[in-house]
Amino acid sequence: MERVVDPLAQKPSALRTQSETIAFGVMVAALVIAPFVTYPLFLMQAMCFALFASAFNLLVGYVGLLSFGHALYFGWASYLSAHAAKVWGLTPELAILTGTATAAILGLIAGSLAIRRQGIYFAMITLALAQMMYFFAVQAKFTGGEDGIQGVPRGNLFGLIDLRNEMTMYAVVLIIFLAGFMFIYRIIHSPFGEVLKAIRENEARAISLGYKTERYKLAAFVLSATIAGAAGATKAIVLQLASLTDVNWPMSGEVVLMTLVGGLGTIFGPVAGAFVILVMQFKLAPIGEWVLVIQGAIFVACVLLFRRGIVGELAHLLRIRL
Amino acid sequence: MFEIFGIPSQALFGQLLIGLINGSFYALLSLGLAVIFGMLNIINFSHGAQYMMGAFVAYLLLQYSGLGYWPALIVAPILVGITGVIVERLFLQWLYKLDHLYGLLLTFGLALILEGVARNYFGSAGLPYTVPESLQGGRNLGFMFLPNYRAWVIVASLTVCIGTWFVIERTRLGAYLRAATENPTLVRAFGINVPRMITLTYGFGVALAAFAGVMAAPIYNVSPQMGSELIIVVFAVVVIGGMGSILGAIVTGFGLGVVEGLTKVFFPEASNTVIFVIMAIVLLVRPAGLFGRRG
Repeated sequence: MERVVDPLAQKPSALRTQSETIAFGVMVAALVIAPFVTYPLFLMQAMCFALFASAFNLLVGYVGLLSFGHALYFGWASYLSAHAAKVWGLTPELAILTGTATAAILGLIAGSLAIRRQGIYFAMITLALAQMMYFFAVQAKFTGGEDGIQGVPRGNLFGLIDLRNEMTMYAVVLIIFLAGFMFIYRIIHSPFGEVLKAIRENEARAISLGYKTERYKLAAFVLSATIAGAAGATKAIVLQLASLTDVNWPMSGEVVLMTLVGGLGTIFGPVAGAFVILVMQFKLAPIGEWVLVIQGAIFVACVLLFRRGIVGELAHLLRIRL
Repeated sequence: MFEIFGIPSQALFGQLLIGLINGSFYALLSLGLAVIFGMLNIINFSHGAQYMMGAFVAYLLLQYSGLGYWPALIVAPILVGITGVIVERLFLQWLYKLDHLYGLLLTFGLALILEGVARNYFGSAGLPYTVPESLQGGRNLGFMFLPNYRAWVIVASLTVCIGTWFVIERTRLGAYLRAATENPTLVRAFGINVPRMITLTYGFGVALAAFAGVMAAPIYNVSPQMGSELIIVVFAVVVIGGMGSILGAIVTGFGLGVVEGLTKVFFPEASNTVIFVIMAIVLLVRPAGLFGRRG
């Protein structure tokens, strides 16, 4: 019997590798022009969420592990970053690093517990651990409970560059976002990333080929948590606020929604999804609680009707990789 | 009045009772999750929202048609169970061949819809639902005061849990169910309508959640977020117990409720998190769960 070969699974042609480069160029150009067209603060927030969703996608899209508790890393990194900048008086880059390192440590602990079970249990464990840390955030003194940490100073980058200027801050966030994005791209296309994809496709086979899949899964989990932490830590500096919203379970659901809408397992999908969802929330803010209903309906529609997401459908239509 | 470990007996047994009450709800909900997972291979994220729906249906029945607690205890689960059947036919049946995670995502979306609708119409503040007249008051047992309604909740949920266990493990219908869980194709070949059985199983699991919701209405306020708060704890309970065994789900549910109640007495700061901590310990010591098979 002749094997049916997926045209996308063949050796990368010039066009296919170029499609990603072109899309990347378009994205960078758009993000450079955008602050002159629309609100920089909104764009910075969107980039933080885009990085958060990309980090989440690294785990669900390329290893097949659905974490339902990614708010844990995003939110706690944002708390530590805000605390470091406000109370310890660290410069913004050190505050962001503090938050990111916190997320890495939390990711290592939660990840080593969660990978002990597979499939559907993995999602439940990550959700439960995130909820536990949410309760810690509610009770801990330094998080400020319901008020959160407000009035976080943006400070001077490296002690030199004043970040209170919106455009300077924008440039910094853009650099962090692009660095994180390219880092994820690098991971996915490395030999390490190929093993991750092998685990997603068939873990038993990867084990039989001699890979210690648990270690690979844990490494991917920690990487994903760390990058999600970088996004949360940056957001705390940008918005000058860390609050319970960022660490609670609806935030974990939101990042799932962004990734699903954009396209699971596509490199540009989470970015597109984050922008779409944030614009939607922004436009729909006047109708209050109905946003929740609409988000739920989008979940249902995505799962039933277009599981590839926006970017996934586009890539499928044009037969390119995005 | 006497003391145990320096704690007045009223406080100790009072918290133990609250623990058993919470445990009743953990048991009923994790039982429903386990039954649904067994047949559909789907984790029903909307389980909490359907529990909330049960409470709201009871509230609405009382407000608009004057149906009190006792009829609501039968009517609300049936109505919510019917919505479950519709959900299964409309949405879930398309997902059985896909990855597990899509079932979780779809039911999560449903939970958001249900919670959002409830918040729009009823606000996020809780609505009161009074204890039925026949169960008001309580009795003094000497070492503690036992409200009649709370005693009823424990007895009723134990009865329903054990009844469900009996039907699944000891009757012909249950044998079909278990057989269809193991090998649906073979059971279909014997002339049993497996798709209908799956639909009804989902309806039954959802009805169990709604039944718990009606029972919870007089204890906690009826509020839109009552389900989402509970369901995450129930997930932890399910991870601890494993979903392989019906009896395991019941025992774990009640047991963890009691542990949580005792934590409230001896170490109140940790009472919110104790179940999650136990989950972490169980994952370290027995990754498959207390009653689970590896997987």
